Amino acid sequence: MNAPVPVSLLVNGEPIDAFVLPRLNLADFLRENLKLTGTHVGCEHGVCGACTVRLDGEIVRSCLMLTVQAQGASVETIEGLSDSGEIADLQAAFRERNALQCGYCTPGMLITAQDLLKHVSVPDRRAIREHLSGNYCRCTGYQAIVDAVEATAKMRAERGV
Amino acid sequence: MTVTRAPADTLSVLDRPNSYIGKTVPRPNLDRLLQGRGQYVSDLELPRMAHVVFLRSPHAHAKIAAIDADAATRMPGVISIVTGRELEAVITPWVGVLSHLKGLKSAPQHAIAVDRVCWQGEAVAAIVATSRAAAEDAMEHISVDYEELEAVTDMRAALDPAASVIHAALGDNLAFERTLDAGDVDLALSGSELVEADFVFGRHTGVTLEPRAVVADWNPAEARLTIYQGTQAPHMVQNIAALHLGLREAQVRVVCKDVGGSFGIKVHIYADEMATYALSKLLRRPVKFVADRVESFNTDIHARDHRCRGRIGVRPDGTITAFEIDDLTGIGPYSMYPRTSAIEANQVVNLVGGPYATANYRARARVVFQNKNVMCQYRAVGHPIACSVTEGLVDLAAAKIGMDPVEIRRRNLIADDAYPCASPSGMKFERLSHHASLTKLLQMMDYDALRAEQAALRARNVHRGIGIASFIEVTNPSAAFYGVGGAKISSQDGVAVRLDAQGSVICQTSITEQGQGSESLTAQIVGSVLGVSMERVRVTLGDTDNTPYGGGTWASRGAGIGGEAALQAAKALRENILNVAAAILQSTPAELDIVDNGVVNAADGAPRIDLNELARIVYFRPDTLPPGIQPELMATRHFVPRQYPFAFTNGVQASWLEVDTETGFVQLLKHWVVEDCGTIINPQLVDEQIRGGVVQGLGAALFEKCIYDERGQLTNANMADYLVPMSGEMPDIEIGHVVSPTQESELGAKGAGEAGTAGAAAAVANAVNDALRPFGATITEIPLTPQVILTALGRI
Ligand code: FES
Ligand code: FES
Repeated sequence: MNAPVPVSLLVNGEPIDAFVLPRLNLADFLRENLKLTGTHVGCEHGVCGACTVRLDGEIVRSCLMLTVQAQGASVETIEGLSDSGEIADLQAAFRERNALQCGYCTPGMLITAQDLLKHVSVPDRRAIREHLSGNYCRCTGYQAIVDAVEATAKMRAERGV
Repeated sequence: MTVTRAPADTLSVLDRPNSYIGKTVPRPNLDRLLQGRGQYVSDLELPRMAHVVFLRSPHAHAKIAAIDADAATRMPGVISIVTGRELEAVITPWVGVLSHLKGLKSAPQHAIAVDRVCWQGEAVAAIVATSRAAAEDAMEHISVDYEELEAVTDMRAALDPAASVIHAALGDNLAFERTLDAGDVDLALSGSELVEADFVFGRHTGVTLEPRAVVADWNPAEARLTIYQGTQAPHMVQNIAALHLGLREAQVRVVCKDVGGSFGIKVHIYADEMATYALSKLLRRPVKFVADRVESFNTDIHARDHRCRGRIGVRPDGTITAFEIDDLTGIGPYSMYPRTSAIEANQVVNLVGGPYATANYRARARVVFQNKNVMCQYRAVGHPIACSVTEGLVDLAAAKIGMDPVEIRRRNLIADDAYPCASPSGMKFERLSHHASLTKLLQMMDYDALRAEQAALRARNVHRGIGIASFIEVTNPSAAFYGVGGAKISSQDGVAVRLDAQGSVICQTSITEQGQGSESLTAQIVGSVLGVSMERVRVTLGDTDNTPYGGGTWASRGAGIGGEAALQAAKALRENILNVAAAILQSTPAELDIVDNGVVNAADGAPRIDLNELARIVYFRPDTLPPGIQPELMATRHFVPRQYPFAFTNGVQASWLEVDTETGFVQLLKHWVVEDCGTIINPQLVDEQIRGGVVQGLGAALFEKCIYDERGQLTNANMADYLVPMSGEMPDIEIGHVVSPTQESELGAKGAGEAGTAGAAAAVANAVNDALRPFGATITEIPLTPQVILTALGRI
């Protein structure tokens, strides 16, 4: 169990081949091996949501997943979602609304919010609060985040996206 | 917004055209955080960097008989295993006392325990390895022989003469006691109705989303230590690290970039952080420590943990005649260094009864050692305790005489025209706005309509409650907080501003940024005063090599103290710029002004010279300036309030909630806050500070508690078992303002960071009791868990 094993995956569209210890979790792999430090680690036990990334289109907690489990998968992190422009409007709404203070929860929050907006076009505040309730934010009090997500949903609906 | 008076007679620099003061503008540099491109200490890597993991005591109190690390030392990747005894050679122990808290005592604390551990979680050895995983692997192979000692956990039992004494040399477990007796309490109470209650506050903790993290980098070639740390007080860290490592301050640099939450958790210096500095020096290489979440729960300071007996006297007409409290608080085995763990109890004595005109007040506070994690200052130090006790008693008094909770407050809150005045505990109030705030709150919540709704629902067996809590808030602390007690914690802050060679402004400030918007408020103030657009102002902070000396960001001092320093520095630079502009333009400074990045005629606004051009001349063609002129395009100013030791401010909160009397669950429906923080620099940032603070207070009210068993074991040290507010449970929070600027500064800003946390729990507790009134149940304990509520209802 202690020998590195090969793993191949796509991270933000880039093919990655690496040798990793079987026990290495995906969050540590992204942060330490790939230096993608935008994926944050708050609890390392699957509760806080700071480490949320997208794996083959679904959001997962990268601290709860082993790197070897991502073999052959496509992983998207906050850096990838930012550079592709996919969440630019959501990020702008967060900026406008000051929906972040320390910013540590923010990557996970944005990815989770985008996941909701992909599934429900105009969620109400209750639904937004529910969907985000696996993501811990100690600074904001959540209201600004809910406002920003709500505003983005409405804007997207108006634009017909 | 209600402004209670105009800021000043003359047109101030804040009223200049295009001022950013009072405007909501997005914080500069947010994109960095939004794209996951921030730089938190936990992200940092340096060449040759080693990782440290601490082996921590599983016992609350034990002698360390022997440590065997032989096997662990041979594990792959291990660089060194260091015990407390070995580390002692590099770093001296400390004692967390302050001289103005008379009688406060504590025992010497070591970076790593030597001989004896005093709480579950105290480090007994450091394992330094090439990776955190390798260090953790090796840790499994260290064996420690402990001789378990009796653990003193209950703070009442700790004072029993028969209890074992945690630090024998101190004689007993009482760390500090303060008493106060103002007016004539006995006389006042003898002619009044009396209400009495025991208030119990759970121990809780900050749970910053980024755990505490440090990278210490001793460079033996430079004989300099660079400490990268998410801290609220970089200069304090510099001073303390130098002191205990035997270095000069100039040999220590503290750098603090992005910080993943602080709330007072990161204003202290922890033993494991001290150990990390020392390990770097010992091993001559960078060493990184990042607490894991279990360690955070066991070692980040805990907060509150009070039992407070309170009494109030009231006359049938609603006049409150006296307050009396007897507070007990447990602080763990050491008074935390350098701020001490007695400040909170001291603060409770200062603040109880604070909003009310009552002159009769008696208080005793005792601070007690126990074998639990250290307890110290966390957001709104002492405020939630003082507010909950005061406002809980006021509601009980109102119920006793059958008066509406609003009416009793109206009759007793200090009048808005009574200032300046002092409280029975000696606090000086420059100007508070209790009545204006309460009036505004009642409008916002439509109090009468809510009462009607409550009554209608009650008839249908739906139990909703309204809770109100007025509070006073300590902000802008002067040296009276720590400096007078001998702590090297600066109360002044400094700002340096300079015009660069392209006419932009560089601003260095000693306050720090943890997400509350220090960068933004500094840029807003400097841009406004200088007449420069905000995009052209760059703010540097969090680096002791590159900022003026100052206190940092705690106790709601960033805007009020750091902001005023920024204003004064910008004014000085403005004067310098206008002097040189006058020389270039053959005019006088009085005839000129700076607007929109250029010098203009004061009279008609006609452009005269762009700042870009002015800077070009000064920096590159000084030969063309008139003789005798040496322009200084840089200015530095420092500020601290001197007349009032604190800028006391005030606010009031209200909670509207529903209690399910079958399950004991509380559903928060709505929360309102009216707060007076003086001049508002950025309304959105102020409101979000308050909201964040409210939610931390709501956490304490309903969910958060560090649960210890009788052997001093923390039984819920993980995020799954320790509950915090999540978005699903939180209500929308409406915020209003009354504005009474402090006259101590030109800016007039007071703090807003404590307000939310100060009153939220009291408002919730009062609302729950209001909801339960038909059942005759009164609860004076938080968190208000279903179990507590069902017990009070007699259902379990
Ligand atoms: S770090 Fe993965 S959920 Fe908290
Ligand atoms: S902004 Fe700090 S945790 Fe969310």
